[in-house]
Amino acid sequence: MADNVLEIGDANFEEEVIKSEKPVLVDFWAPWCGPCRAIAPTVEELAGTYGDKVKFCKCNVDENPISPGKYEIKAIPTLIFFKNGEVAEQQTGLVKKEQLEELINKLT
Amino acid sequence: MEKNDYDVVIIGGGPAGLTAGIYAKRAGLSALLAEKHTPGGQIMVTDWIENYPGFPDGLAGYDLTMKMEQQAKNFGLEIVQADVQSIKTENNIKEIVFTDKTIKAKSVIIASGCSPKKLGVPGENALFGKGVSTCATCDAMFFRDMDVVAVGGGDTAVQEALFLTKFVNKVYLVHRRDKLRAAKMLQDRAFANDKIEFVWDSVAESVNGEKGVESVDVKNVKTGETRNIKAQGCFIWVGTIPNTEFLNNDIKVDDQGFIITDTSMKTSVEGIFAAGDVRNTPLRQVATAVGDAAIAAFEADQYIESCK
Repeated sequence: MADNVLEIGDANFEEEVIKSEKPVLVDFWAPWCGPCRAIAPTVEELAGTYGDKVKFCKCNVDENPISPGKYEIKAIPTLIFFKNGEVAEQQTGLVKKEQLEELINKLT
Repeated sequence: MEKNDYDVVIIGGGPAGLTAGIYAKRAGLSALLAEKHTPGGQIMVTDWIENYPGFPDGLAGYDLTMKMEQQAKNFGLEIVQADVQSIKTENNIKEIVFTDKTIKAKSVIIASGCSPKKLGVPGENALFGKGVSTCATCDAMFFRDMDVVAVGGGDTAVQEALFLTKFVNKVYLVHRRDKLRAAKMLQDRAFANDKIEFVWDSVAESVNGEKGVESVDVKNVKTGETRNIKAQGCFIWVGTIPNTEFLNNDIKVDDQGFIITDTSMKTSVEGIFAAGDVRNTPLRQVATAVGDAAIAAFEADQYIESCK
């Protein structure tokens, strides 16, 4: 994995996501989830393109149960856009790159 | 993408697409595989595959995908992430239109696969990702010690229901008939599993809940009675629909949208072949997909040769 996407967890979720000045996209995933692995390269690519406007993070739900529980995540992959610490958009499943780009442009 | 013309462009990176790539490259063809997401296809969400020969202990769908992708890359297959919008034919040359570019090819192998079919009942879309799911391997852990409904009676439904029992308290398996379609071995395992309760002759009528799934209304098609089953999850495996949004009317499909081919995997358009789940075929398995794909790549090579 490239460095464009920051690995976060329950311990630093507040610090890295809620308190972030930039909008944040968090990719909730798990190693045993095929579609999560399928969407990872897309998130990676977007991070390369929009990294200056949006902070890209990934959160392993297997190791970090608290954050997904807090946001009532019942399926992965789930991508949540946070703006000023609040949930601005939530997408579940395999989402196309174009759709995500649209969302990023809308939110920044 | 440096080149913009190929002998063959393969659409889809599941087992059929990757196999077509292996055979095309070994035949000496220049080949490009375009996949919407990343290679794998539907087996990416299959927790365990135990009917694909050569792996006596079975293996995870994801691992089989990785092996096939590696094998295809070893033979020099070019794989790109690209979403096909349409295929046009101009003087025997195929133009494959992607969102951001157009590629020319002498032949095309469509191996775009299928997606899970929806029930089409109230609540299903609104609660998707909030308890409604089609991927047990992805989402089962969110339903630990809870009750869930699973809909379907085929191989996928029964296998995934069995997987769910490792996490959940109880699975209500709702099936519209009074017996399962799944392979006998899977049926035996399901009947022996005391976490599965069978709800026969029944269809889901609505998925209910505010922020998440709270219950599922199920109607018995024989008696007409409706039963409300309290459950926090609703997993749906009622078949598949072909991924063919990019097709125009030239390529003939059956009444369900699956591409019609002959035994050489030829479609109704010369130089365009189809393989795997997207094809009008009696069985949709990894084993049948790879067989289709080998024939499709062989025939594509023959076709290109005949055009010279």
